[in-house]
Amino acid sequence: MARIIAGVTSSHVPAIGAAIDNHRTNEPYWQRVFEGFERSKEWIAKAKPDVVIGVYNDHASAFSVEVIPTFALGTAAEFPPADEGWGPRPVPVVQGHPELASHIAQSVILDEFDLTLCNKMEVDHGLTVPLNLMFGTPKEWPCPVIPLAVNVVQYPPPTGHRCFMLGKAIRKAVESYPEDLKVVIFGTGGMSHQISGQRAGLINSKFDHAFLDNLTKDPKKLTKLSHLELMREAGAEGVEMVMWLIMRGALDDKVDEVYRFYTVPASNTAVGHIILENKIKGGKKTSAKPASTKSASRGKKSAPKMKRAAARQKIERVRS
Amino acid sequence: MATAKTRVEKDYDDIPGTYVFDADRSRRGYHLNMFCMSLMKAENRKAFKADEAKYLDERFPLLTREQREAILKRQYNRMLELGGNIYFTAKLGATDGHPFQHLAAVMTGSTQQDYADLMLRGGRPVDGNRSRSGKYARAASSIVKDSKPKQKASKGKKRRG
Repeated sequence: MARIIAGVTSSHVPAIGAAIDNHRTNEPYWQRVFEGFERSKEWIAKAKPDVVIGVYNDHASAFSVEVIPTFALGTAAEFPPADEGWGPRPVPVVQGHPELASHIAQSVILDEFDLTLCNKMEVDHGLTVPLNLMFGTPKEWPCPVIPLAVNVVQYPPPTGHRCFMLGKAIRKAVESYPEDLKVVIFGTGGMSHQISGQRAGLINSKFDHAFLDNLTKDPKKLTKLSHLELMREAGAEGVEMVMWLIMRGALDDKVDEVYRFYTVPASNTAVGHIILENKIKGGKKTSAKPASTKSASRGKKSAPKMKRAAARQKIERVRS
Repeated sequence: MATAKTRVEKDYDDIPGTYVFDADRSRRGYHLNMFCMSLMKAENRKAFKADEAKYLDERFPLLTREQREAILKRQYNRMLELGGNIYFTAKLGATDGHPFQHLAAVMTGSTQQDYADLMLRGGRPVDGNRSRSGKYARAASSIVKDSKPKQKASKGKKRRG
């Protein structure tokens, strides 16, 4: 059967995409951000997911104000990058997994989550920037990706609780799929940021760290956050962190936090990133070990010697 | 927040400097946002730049007078107030060739350099920016508990900020 082995969250700041596309990743400002994902790339190269489910939001690219689906699952065979006003990002076309996507659709709709299904959809930086952060800039993305677009543009987005429960339904769907597939689920967006109005520029690192802590240990607490509190504390656009709870709902109650990274700012946003692994039943080791957990090891060839347990504790927090 | 005539007061109106893009604003701002959406196409950007007023009048006749004026004058907060959404209005900024931080500077009444510096210093602090009414001036968040006084600042316990 298919199973979800891990969850990844990451901000999806458009300027990160622009830095990649314009070859500016070596500038000190951007280095600080990209270095934080070096170990994540090593991790996912080892984890080798067969499929990624990418939870993200569209930013007035595929959906305008004409149609506003709360949850839109991509069931197409492929999803071209959208023209966001400067021409499409020069990234590979996202290949879908129509069979698993349709299976998920059928399962979660019967579980009372009324999804919108998209057999034609373009995807914007919300999905492709996290793919870059995790996979770099390959000619083709290394595995199929099933996009799940969540409305966080027009208030109200779905509640955190609803998102968490959808994650659980997605997990159930994946686990009832007969083919042996390793699935990693991405929750993207966040962390604290506000890009509109006189309060633009808001960052709340304390809140972000608490959110990350609870994401690992006590996600149910996060499902109780009201939109009002999220917007007040993490910014009007920071409300998109509800999407992380879909990822979290799809994982075990108890998970191993194998990596964390946080930095301020990327453009107008606090960047938060976390990798959570499901504990494998029967104490069996997962294949998804981090290559290295040395916080100092920035090089690509870092020594793969630290144990997973140590990795859990070795939480890197980068503050600037 | 200068709400429009028919808008019902919402709990999030208490957040200062913030125009939550809800269904009311979306309805009122429909044509404004659809105008912004039209700028996703290169030929439309060209036509708009060639004669902005003509473009608006011919293609988006249902824009209100206020919305039309806010667009032409690049009043970004006013656009939000009149139902624009930032992800849409950002397309107008991009059409003008501005990086996003230019728009942020305009909206916050700052210069682009000062705004960029603010971000590099860690952004705008939340303390003092939670509430217009002062209701949340002390209480922080239900999940932030490591700061000195007990969260749930029950009886007006002192919190920094």
